[in-house]
Amino acid sequence: MSALQPSELDRPTLARDRSAADTDLKSVSAALRRAEFGDRMRSLLLAAPLLILLVLSFGIPIVLLLSRAVYDPTIADALPKTAQALGNWNGQGVPGDDAFAALAADLKENQAKGTAYELAKSLNARLPGARSQVLKTVRKLESADGPAALDAVKSVPFWSAPSTWPAIRSGTRSLTSFYLLSALDLRWNADGGIEQVPPEQAIFIQVFLRTFFVAASVTLATLILGFPLAYLIANVPKGLAAILIVAVLLPFWTSILVRTAAWTVLLQKFGLVNDFLLLIGVTSDRVDLMYSRIGLIIAMTHIQLPFTLLPIYSVMRTIPASQMKAAYSLGARPFTAFRRVYIPQVFPGVMAGCMLTFILCLGYYITPALIGGASDQLISNFIANYVNVELNWEMAAALSFILLVFTLALFGIFARVLGLDRLKLV
Amino acid sequence: MLLSPYPTTGERIRITLLWIWCGLVILFLLVPILIPVPLSFNSGAFFIFPLEGISARWYEVVLRTQRWQSAIGNSLIVAFGTTVIATTLGTLTAIALSDEKFPGRRIIMPLLLSPLIVPVVITAVGSYLFYARVGLASTYAGIILAHTALASPFVVVTVGASLTGFDRNLMRAAAISGARPLTSFFRVMLPLILPGVLSGAAFAFVTSFDEVVVVQFLASASQRTMPLEMFIGLREKLSPAITAAATLMMGLSILLLLVANILARRGRKAPA
Amino acid sequence: MVETGNVPIDLVTVETATVLQGCDAGILERLDYSKIAPRDKFIQGSALDCGVGLDAYGDILAYDPTVLKEAPTSVLDLFDTTKFPGKRAMRKFPAQNLEWALMADGVAPADVYKVLATPEGVVRAFKKLDTIKKDIVWWDAGAQPAQLLASKEVVMTTAWNGRIQNAIDTDKKPFKIVWNNQILEYDMISIPKGARNTELAYKYLAYISEPKNNAKLASYITYGPVRTDAASFVAPDALPKLPNAPDHLKGAYLVADTEFWGDYGEDLVKRFNAWLAQ
Repeated sequence: MSALQPSELDRPTLARDRSAADTDLKSVSAALRRAEFGDRMRSLLLAAPLLILLVLSFGIPIVLLLSRAVYDPTIADALPKTAQALGNWNGQGVPGDDAFAALAADLKENQAKGTAYELAKSLNARLPGARSQVLKTVRKLESADGPAALDAVKSVPFWSAPSTWPAIRSGTRSLTSFYLLSALDLRWNADGGIEQVPPEQAIFIQVFLRTFFVAASVTLATLILGFPLAYLIANVPKGLAAILIVAVLLPFWTSILVRTAAWTVLLQKFGLVNDFLLLIGVTSDRVDLMYSRIGLIIAMTHIQLPFTLLPIYSVMRTIPASQMKAAYSLGARPFTAFRRVYIPQVFPGVMAGCMLTFILCLGYYITPALIGGASDQLISNFIANYVNVELNWEMAAALSFILLVFTLALFGIFARVLGLDRLKLV
Repeated sequence: MLLSPYPTTGERIRITLLWIWCGLVILFLLVPILIPVPLSFNSGAFFIFPLEGISARWYEVVLRTQRWQSAIGNSLIVAFGTTVIATTLGTLTAIALSDEKFPGRRIIMPLLLSPLIVPVVITAVGSYLFYARVGLASTYAGIILAHTALASPFVVVTVGASLTGFDRNLMRAAAISGARPLTSFFRVMLPLILPGVLSGAAFAFVTSFDEVVVVQFLASASQRTMPLEMFIGLREKLSPAITAAATLMMGLSILLLLVANILARRGRKAPA
Repeated sequence: MVETGNVPIDLVTVETATVLQGCDAGILERLDYSKIAPRDKFIQGSALDCGVGLDAYGDILAYDPTVLKEAPTSVLDLFDTTKFPGKRAMRKFPAQNLEWALMADGVAPADVYKVLATPEGVVRAFKKLDTIKKDIVWWDAGAQPAQLLASKEVVMTTAWNGRIQNAIDTDKKPFKIVWNNQILEYDMISIPKGARNTELAYKYLAYISEPKNNAKLASYITYGPVRTDAASFVAPDALPKLPNAPDHLKGAYLVADTEFWGDYGEDLVKRFNAWLAQ
């Protein structure tokens, strides 16, 4: 506690004069507050256009996408009568004729509205094989009315299979956990519990683990390559450091696509990397690097290296050389000085670089698509594939949801522990 | 500075090893970005070393064929549109945020930066879904909007950095001298932070010019940009024209960012 | 597109299985052949309700004789990794690969689709593919096989015959095509439902279906005509390179069963993708 605390000393004086200065002070502080309020409003107004644009062009799209993971009204909209008829079904076996009649009516309705294909596709996502069965039934219904319609539905064995009706019933609930569970290789079982899907259908846990593994490998590789270089740049004379920094920044400024294209050339069986490996005798035969995990990691390491290096460098730059000299003069051996004085100080930079690279690696798409093989595709590639090839928005949304949770959680830790200033790379 | 005052032999060896290691890392960094350059002058039709001969035929393909010409045109339209919007709005936001009293600064900054962190496929797929509903899919406006989200963080950060060296009293002085807010912005503030604004603009331009994932989802066949044409080429019609396009793209990006970086440095050093 | 009511195109080229599915889904126009050409003049299976054949192409095996000392004699040599070690490229799609897997496992060509229609048959096909899975590089665009061979990334690759012939003729690559056990398919053209210029589209379809026009394509890429009466119009130097040239049908070959892929395609694609990811 310091002896002098001006505010404490001033207060009595102020209190004594208050009566006289009261009105003045009040109006001044009110004016100040008004001015401050005006300032704030003006600042908000300045920031508003970009914030609104970001909400429209970025916020809403992502929220909308994520909502598709848990909200899917296609089946509920297409089968309203069936949903009603299933209201009093006990969930065991196959429901009564009223449900079949309602289904027939709903299917005819869909045929008339032209939404039968949508329904078939949506049901097929939950019940593989349902697509062709729905379309087949719809075709049969074209020429059947009343009781004949009921018979037409019953004549397709698919509708009497034990797995069909529970799937329809769960589909008629618009709010669903089905896709999020599927994205984790889980599903509801008949008893209302959650179980793992059979191994031949389980894909995503493996893909998430693969994504984490690749991200961790790349992070480690960039650290091993980048840390010594950052150290060197921070400790050589200014002119040389500037040249070295440009060497780091040049690839950083080149688009990911261009660098991926370059790596597809380099990694070929008769490409430069293989030539080099043969030359220095590491391998006795040409190795397959394209369409392989190792090729993918090499290319991603190249792309991410500056992201790991620059935050480390920006911390190293601030550590005066005199500190190490002081450590030496106090008798520390170089390694001890490095470990006890240097490392603790650069640790935040190392953490920032590594976390940034890890987070960015989780979202890689272009490089795995072009360099990875079929078993090296990361989670983003599956998201794109569900949208582009399978037109299954719900599954794409569910995978996005989980990927986003991981990414934002890590980013949150980053912002909280290390501070956003460490994101500045340029 | 690398060596201790009285280096031992062991230490000298370690430093030599450090230099060798760093030399290899620099090679690792630079060789891949230099590779497309010689390949783009290859006269053969396949995408491999050794070169079959030297020719400019692939540059001719890129600069003369309709397919690539329209891709270059589209890239420029989108990148310029993005640059104008992102730079304008990003600069305004940076000025607002440079005010210490800005409400909710700690919340807004991470939100502003989140487009850099959210996996771009999610951004692309979400934009595709939403823009298709509001009629913005397959339009230049849609692509520019999505690119603005990706590019504006760079502007906010670079302009923000140049504003840390800006003395707000200058604005007060201008106001006292009778300048209206707009006048004092254009006559006092903008000239001083201009290097930061220009370097932000360059980053915005390059971000949009290099972007391929959002374009892949949002662009129709008539809006294909250069990177998208390259991506398609790498997957479908491999031709050395891709390396020529890559060389051109790389040249432009590096040139712009070199200028941007010099400007940014000058901006930060500018007396204020 | 059709769903949103905005159909910017009047014609679309599609694979046969897609024609059948699109027909079911009601997104392709049911064709009126009286406006095109007599339906019985087409090779069987190349004139469908919602799509008319454009050309016949072969799924073949290609290799570079300067790399492979011993020449493969059948597409099924894909599965012989002892005789032909090294990476092989195959299309990232279940169709053809499952058929070849079954044939390599001893199923007679005539029975392939019968076996593949059973769950055991599917398991059997994937088991056979499992034996070479680690040696496979997957391609998904038609230009990739030639590139993969040129860069010597693979020792052999499945491909569409025209793409390899192009590399041989135009780029002077030393590649060879193995026709034995090829699978024949047809490229299809359809009219999407809701197309704005249907009549114009029909005119185009009628034009390309005239025998002499149908034969012209072979001069640009070596895909065969689908009109039975078009052979005499094919340029003489192109004829021996076509997948349905008499010489290329002497060995074993299979005509892709479009009905089968229309029915089972979607589920097999799903299963194939899950298998790939594992």
